[in-house]
Amino acid sequence: MAETTTELRKTALNAVHRAAKSKMVDFGGWDMPVDCCGLIAEHMAVRTAVGVFDVSHMGDIQLRGPGSLAAVQHLCMNDASKLAVGQAHYSAMLYPNGTFVDDVIVHKLSDNDYLIVINAGTREKDVQWVRKQIGHMPGVHVNDFSDYYTQLAIQGPRAAETLQKLTSTDLSTIKNYWFTWGQVCGLYNVMIARTGYTGEDGFEIYIPSDEPTSARVWGEVLEAGAEFGILACGLGSRNTLRLEAGMALYGHEISDTINVLEAGLGRYAKLDKPEFVGRAALLEVQAAGGPGRKLVGLEMMERGIGRDGYTVFSLDGARLGEITSGSPSPFLKKNIAMAYVPADYTALDTEVAVEIRGQMVKAKVVPLPFYKRPKKSS
Amino acid sequence: MAYPADYRYTKEHEWIKVDGNIGTIGITDYAQNSLGDIVFVDLPKVGDAVEASKSFGSVESVKAVSDLFAPVSGKVTAINEDLKDAPEKINSDANTTWLLKVELSDAKQVDGLLTAADYEKFTSEETGH
Repeated sequence: MAETTTELRKTALNAVHRAAKSKMVDFGGWDMPVDCCGLIAEHMAVRTAVGVFDVSHMGDIQLRGPGSLAAVQHLCMNDASKLAVGQAHYSAMLYPNGTFVDDVIVHKLSDNDYLIVINAGTREKDVQWVRKQIGHMPGVHVNDFSDYYTQLAIQGPRAAETLQKLTSTDLSTIKNYWFTWGQVCGLYNVMIARTGYTGEDGFEIYIPSDEPTSARVWGEVLEAGAEFGILACGLGSRNTLRLEAGMALYGHEISDTINVLEAGLGRYAKLDKPEFVGRAALLEVQAAGGPGRKLVGLEMMERGIGRDGYTVFSLDGARLGEITSGSPSPFLKKNIAMAYVPADYTALDTEVAVEIRGQMVKAKVVPLPFYKRPKKSS
Repeated sequence: MAYPADYRYTKEHEWIKVDGNIGTIGITDYAQNSLGDIVFVDLPKVGDAVEASKSFGSVESVKAVSDLFAPVSGKVTAINEDLKDAPEKINSDANTTWLLKVELSDAKQVDGLLTAADYEKFTSEETGH
């Protein structure tokens, strides 16, 4: 509850969150709701019904022009040449040493037009990085569109039914990690993407960032989801949901000191692409037999909650590494964590100890993700 | 937010209700609200000594860990066993969901604690409202 001296940045929904008495927190310089309706209730709403998040703090960089694909290919580790118009994928921008500038979602808007959705806390750094890396490339124009959109994430097994009430676009035709444009709440050309950060089915919509429009759409989403028990959700449940789903968070599982192969995200790094920033370093790590440490999932075996920054030890007392994210899991009702440990300690069921406030508490290595949503027949 | 007038309070957000030589201790409604969903409470054992202003345990929500500070010195005579399986009771009613009872070693310590009015003023300053 420290007093803040610098002005926090606000999304267009800030007044709405404050009026709803959501608990606010400084997240990467943004005044964001962390707890709207109770973290566990929000978490369970998303796992079993639907929840809505204001994620307007996320940034958006657009690359346009005939050179845009070449620019994306240079900047990002995944292979954007495989994307069709209307398709998106998980990717990352890397430093030459193979560590993370940021993880991103690349959307192919058209043949000469890509939208890269970036993290809030890294916005300025990312934009500068992009300009520095591709400023010399011909035929590509960089636009920072971060403030143009209010981005809402509607997530959960009833997300499609909720959003369908507000749009004439047939949402069943949008596959996971695809997007389209449609009319939403009377607004034309709204980007509707079947993406999210919760491990559930869901959509992210990009609407104009003026306050009245943002507040109106937020309200209409809540109203549309009311019959399913929709809850407004904050960053607290967003974090526990993504943790259960084993998804990385910048500054935790991924950072400028952690490389892609350590983070277990090698499947998104297309080393068969001729070139991208960081590729050579990853090839070296691979040639050396893989990374020395790796990200694992841990489940506490004894009473205690391993949290971010807590140290992980071997049972004979050797320091192995640190927990990057740890929390009680509201859905699984276990205490779970992700941590970096030496490659020798990554086998499933390996027992380790987490130092929790001076006490050694046993944990074991479990598969990631902790939670996978049930497959739907439809 | 209601803070019972017959309780005394600490700046670390514990309350104590004194009855004769026994003090019943809990955390305030402000504390439970700041913490959010409480999932874990770590308490001393019956017979342990607690010391005024020193940590005697912790309370954890999904998001955070918070130390518990003893309002007074004394010997633990009872702990609330219900909290082991249902720590969320603190969220539903912080004013009556007690953590532990202590036999006071110095009843005068209670006089140094905040009154309900003082505490309410203190929390309103802390949130800046």
